[in-house]
Order: sequence, then structure tokens, then C-alpha cells
Amino acid sequence: MAATQFQTPRIREYPTIPVLVRGAMAHSQPFVAKPDHQEPLGFPGELVDNWKEVALKRMGELLGKYRSLQVFLDICVKCGSCTDKCHYFQGTADPKNMPVARQDLLRKVYRRYFTLAGKYFPKLVGAVDLTEEVLWDWYKYYHQCSQCRRCSVYCPYGIDTAEITMAGREILASVGIGQKYSNEIIGKVYKIGNNLGLPRPALLDTLEGLEEEVEEETGVKVRFPLDVKGAEVLLVTPSADFFAEPHVDGLIGYGKVFHQAGISWTLSSHASEAGNFGLFIGNYENMQKVAMRVREAALDLGVKRIVVGECGHAWRVAYSFWNTLIGPFDFLDPAYPVPQHICEFTHDLLLKGMIKLDPSENDDKVVTFHDSCNVARASRMGDMPGGQFVIPRELIKASCNHFVDMAPETINDQTFCCGGGGGVLTDDLIEIRVKGALPRMEALKQVVEQDGVTHMAAICAICKSQFTKVLPYFDLGMDMIVSVHQLISEAIVLEGSEQEEAPSTSDTQS
Amino acid sequence: MSVLTILISLLFYASGLILIIGVANRIRIYWRTPSPLVIPTTPAPLTRTGVAARLFGEVVFFQSLFRGNKWTWILGWLFHFGMLLVLLRHLRYFTDPIWWWVDLIQWVGVYAGFAMVAGLAGLLVRRLVVERIRYISAPSDHLMLLLLLGIGLSGLMMKHLVHTDIVSVKQFTMGLITFDWQPLPADPLLIIHLLMVATLMIIFPFSKLLHAPGVFFSPTRNMRDTPREQRNLADWAAKLDETRHSGAGE
Ligand code: SF4
Ligand code: SF4
Repeated sequence: MAATQFQTPRIREYPTIPVLVRGAMAHSQPFVAKPDHQEPLGFPGELVDNWKEVALKRMGELLGKYRSLQVFLDICVKCGSCTDKCHYFQGTADPKNMPVARQDLLRKVYRRYFTLAGKYFPKLVGAVDLTEEVLWDWYKYYHQCSQCRRCSVYCPYGIDTAEITMAGREILASVGIGQKYSNEIIGKVYKIGNNLGLPRPALLDTLEGLEEEVEEETGVKVRFPLDVKGAEVLLVTPSADFFAEPHVDGLIGYGKVFHQAGISWTLSSHASEAGNFGLFIGNYENMQKVAMRVREAALDLGVKRIVVGECGHAWRVAYSFWNTLIGPFDFLDPAYPVPQHICEFTHDLLLKGMIKLDPSENDDKVVTFHDSCNVARASRMGDMPGGQFVIPRELIKASCNHFVDMAPETINDQTFCCGGGGGVLTDDLIEIRVKGALPRMEALKQVVEQDGVTHMAAICAICKSQFTKVLPYFDLGMDMIVSVHQLISEAIVLEGSEQEEAPSTSDTQS
Repeated sequence: MSVLTILISLLFYASGLILIIGVANRIRIYWRTPSPLVIPTTPAPLTRTGVAARLFGEVVFFQSLFRGNKWTWILGWLFHFGMLLVLLRHLRYFTDPIWWWVDLIQWVGVYAGFAMVAGLAGLLVRRLVVERIRYISAPSDHLMLLLLLGIGLSGLMMKHLVHTDIVSVKQFTMGLITFDWQPLPADPLLIIHLLMVATLMIIFPFSKLLHAPGVFFSPTRNMRDTPREQRNLADWAAKLDETRHSGAGE
């Protein structure tokens, strides 16, 4: 759906800081949510008449609820350290995509109505009135931020623009201008149980198909169970894993790992989604409501552990927020972290020798790894800080012989977002998605040319979808992007018969 | 006692009060406002000691700024640590007898004054010349630097060019803190220096200067990365928590 014409940014030989192009992305805004998308989430259907009053009231409430917002709006010294760190700024040169300028859209209004200096000397401190123009500027530029937190790494006070973006979006939704993409999806989770709106019969069908496919390919009966009571592990994974390439190859990988380790597991049709778009819209209540389905499913199925599939923002919510939002998890086995990332899970099995990987199966590939922003900067794996960088790489190296990292300033906690995170992964924002992918594409091109990299592995459903879409814009093959568990799927040594550990059949009613 | 002495004395009491009450009030607000979710920028420390070390690195070495921009880092560091030494050196005007270590650092303090002014000048040039930083600057951002530069330069001039009557200045400052007012020498440079310092004190609690106490409250820097081990319920979120189990599954 290339509705707008735009130019794919050129790969720069030596990435330089762009010269500002004012208003370069002022035309970019996502479709506005219809009343049908707004109301189930508790937001007004359309722009309310007294929007200004409502917006300021909401801002005041949020200032009292979130220390991050209150402190960040006060203490930015305009040092400029963050200005060139955002991939959207690098790709668009629009000054309002500099993180501090993005914050300033809200900060200027905060100053005007909530600080002494802004009330009496607005010009002096750059405070502005909340006008309709400002409101729509928020709408535009808070949807050109993927909440990736790269800016916060370089800020001397750790100011995280993602926090401001979330507050901005929450205020916008509260006055009636929500984003269609995110809000529609949250509605689907409430109604059906996952972002894609796949009902139980469709899930069953897909999973049965997978079982057949794997058996045909390997001769081994690997199960993909749904709603099995009494299974050891509940796997919660992004719904893209059920249907799109390369996601589904990752799901096959998880299935093989469970099979080979002999650990009983199940998916749930009630909680058939790891992604939590409540995060994107910055709304605690909706985030909690979406997450609650996982608790309910875990209790209902009587599982002992919860494992989360490959997804970035989902892992942030699961790892960093679940315990707070839907804990305590005292009904689960305390011997394992709750929740556990599928990479932690597989890595653990590998260390214990419960699965074997044959890296020569992937000898046709030279692989690099894209650190997903929210895994890298908003969560952890394993028991030491930075485990989120080590564990996936260990898994990749164990499953293929040729691994190369991209440039150091583009990986680990300095990684660039794929360009589609944080509620931006929608066709109506394709221009910002392509432009925002520039820094990652540059780093990738470099290793493709220098080291002959053929594949880029990722552990996030958004990254995978985004890259599939934008790689061709940069003359790279869309099938370069693979799941980490897809590599494991290729490399895992499946032995013996299939029956021994299957807990029960896959179509048990819950 | 001259009118000037009385006015400046009153001004300093007023600005001192504004500074202390204003900053205390801001800190109270930061303290009271909860952080309902665990949001350290990771990799983050797992222990309180680790958090203390992280904050130490930020406050003393500006480590995140170091990763972000080397020019701003070196200029900012020169300015801040120059200023710190200068401030410590100024303790000689408020202690009698002068503390031994204050005496000891007098000579460094003199050079530090130059470092501070050089850092500030560099930051100002950067703010004017670099397009991105000019874009994000409000008039107050420029004025703040000018004010600090003015304080630094007037101080340096009194030290190196037009000497002021240090002994009377000390009598004046000691008088201020012991509530036994002493005449202030009517030296224009000194008056300008003092007026600018008072202005800075008044502005402090209403401006970005709040970054000084604020950095300790930044959740992305002061939280531990232990969300799986500990719940982090804010009071307002706990209220939602009580009602949340009404749904299916329990
Ligand atoms: S959070 Fe990421 S996308 Fe948003 S402003 Fe910061 S760097 Fe840019
Ligand atoms: S790095 Fe932090 S303090 Fe500096 S301009 Fe950006 S947000 Fe403000």
C-alpha cells in the first residue's frame, strides 16, 4: 500500500549527522482510530469538544502518576547528546525527530501550564499554548517514535523519550484521537485473544498443519499442543508466529526444542498473544488487562512455568512488568524465573546437554544478529546484566558455524531499532518505517559486503515483519531475516520416537 | 550601614530561602511521585550497590554523556568540575578559621576558575554554532550560560585584574551567616558578581538547573533490574490490583 511517494534514503558511505530539514516528515501521520476502536479501550470515540481541558487534566494526572514524566520534563538541560541518536532523525533529517525535540513538543506545553517560568515568561523559556496545531504535531511525531530507548542510553540523566511518547499518546487517546492500528489490535485481543484475530479453530488448524509439516520433513512426530491442561509449560508467543514467514519457522523451532527435551508444553487460545500493545499507547490499565489473560490461562491450564516466545516489546512487558501487573506468580514452580524467555529456556537445555545442535546444518549461512531494541535496553536474559546480548548469540553460534557481529556502535545496548517498533508497524506509516530502517540497513550492508553475511537473525515479531517489508527497499533480499529458533530448528538433532513424552492429544477442550 | 549593604544582605537571605525551599519542594514532588513500572535502561545493575556505582559514574564522570558526545562531555566536565573547585575555594569566605583543606586547595581553585569559564565559553559556542543544538535552545538556555559566564568572568577579574578588598568581603559574608551585618565594599565588580549569583540562586528551583537533584531521581538510572524477583506496585496501581481478579481464571 504505497499510497505516498517517497524516496528511500541512500546508504551513506560514512554515516554523518544530517543537516536539518524542517518539516520533512510533517505530512506523516497514522490513521486515526474510529469510535469502534476507541471505545472498547475506554477512550472517547472522537475528539471531544473540551479537548484542551481534558488534555491538560490528563497531563496533570500523568505527572502525578509517573516519576519518569515529572522528572524528565523538568531536568533536560538541552545538552544535545541525544539529538543525533534516533534512527528516525538519521533517516528523515526532520528536527522534530531529534529525541529532545520530540520531548519538547510536550515539554513546551508542560512549561506553559505547569511551571512558574512558563506561566509568566513563556517566550523566555520556550513555552507554548496548547493549540490544535500543537495537538496534531503530537499526533504526528509521537507516532514517529518506536519507544526504542536508544536516546536514553546517551542522555546524562537517562531521559527516555519513550516515556514521553507514551504519555503523549495516552493524552491523545484520552481526548479522542487514538491510533487506529494499535487500538484496533488491542480490541482484537479483548475479543478474540490475539493481535491477528485468529480464533481457536484457526489456531488448531494451523498447529495441526505444522505437526504434519514437521513429520513429513523429519519423520518425527513433534507436537504443537493447544489448551492442554496440566502441561508443564505455557508458551506465550506473538501471534505472528502462527502464520507468517519467518516467524512460523521459529515456532517450529520451539516445538522441536520442547520435543527433544521431553518437556510437556502447551499454547493457550485464551492467551494466544505475547505482544502487548497497551505498552505502545502508554496506558497502564489496558496493558494490565491484556496481560491478565496470561495469568488467567496459566491458572486455568494449571501449568508450572511460563515461557515467552521471540518478541521484543512483548518481552519487555513480560520480563519487566508482568510480575507487577499480574503477579505474584506464587502458583508456579519457583525453581524457574517467571517468565522465562524461550532463548533462556533453550540455552539452559543446551548447557544441561538435554538438546544437541549440529551447526553444520547451517553451513550454507553466514549469520549476523540484530539486537531488538526492547530486549536490549528494557529487559534482560539470564542472571547477569547484559545476558540479553550473550544468550541469543550463544544460541546462534551453537547452531551455525559462521557468525559475524555488525559494527559495535550498532549492536548490544547501542542497537538501532528496526524502524517498525512501538506501534509504527503499519502500512500507513511505511515512509517513516523505511527511512527509520536506514541505520540498521547501513550496518547490515557493511557486513554483507565485508563478510558475506547471508542472514540476519532476530528475536522479535515486529523486527521480523518490518525487515521482511523494508529489506527490498534497500536492495536486500526479504528472506535474509530469520528467527533465532529457525536456526535452532535446522540444527537440532531429533532422536528416537515421538510418543514417549507427549502429555496428551492436542485437541483437549479446556 | 549603607543602603547597598542592606539591600544586598536582604537579597541574599531572600534568594537563599527561595533556593532552599524551592529545591526542597521539587525534591518532595520527585520523591512522592511513584515509578509504577521497572524501567532502568538495561543492562542495569541488580543490586543497590550497583545502582550507587552507576549514579556515581553519571554524576562524577558523566559516563552516558561520554558515550554520547565527546565535545559536550569535555566542555561540560571542565565547567562543572571547575565550578565545584571554585565553590569549594569560596568556603574560605564562610569559615573562620579557614578549614585546613580549603586552604590547601586555594591554588587549584584559581586555575579551576579558568577551566570553568573555558568550559562555559565552549558550551556557548557549541550552542550557537551547532545547528541541532541551536534548534533545541530557548532564549533561557543561552541566558543561563551567559549568566554563569558573567559570574565566572567577574570573579576572575576580581582575582586577577581589579583586586577587591577581600578582607571586607569576608567580614561581610561572615556577617551574613552570623546575622551580624557588616558593610559591603562598594566595588562595582563585586556588586555585579553578587547580583548575578543571587539571580542564579533564585532561578535554580524553576529551571533546568534542577538536573542536579533530578539526576538522582531518574528511574532509568536509579532502579535495579530485578522485576522478576520483586513486584513494584505503586499505590495508585495497587488500587487497580485489588479489583483485577474479578475476571475469569480465579
Ligand atoms: S525512543 Fe527511539 S525512536 Fe523514540 S526518540 Fe528515542 S531513539 Fe527515537
Ligand atoms: S541528552 Fe538528555 S539532557 Fe541532553 S538534550 Fe537530550 S534529553 Fe536533554
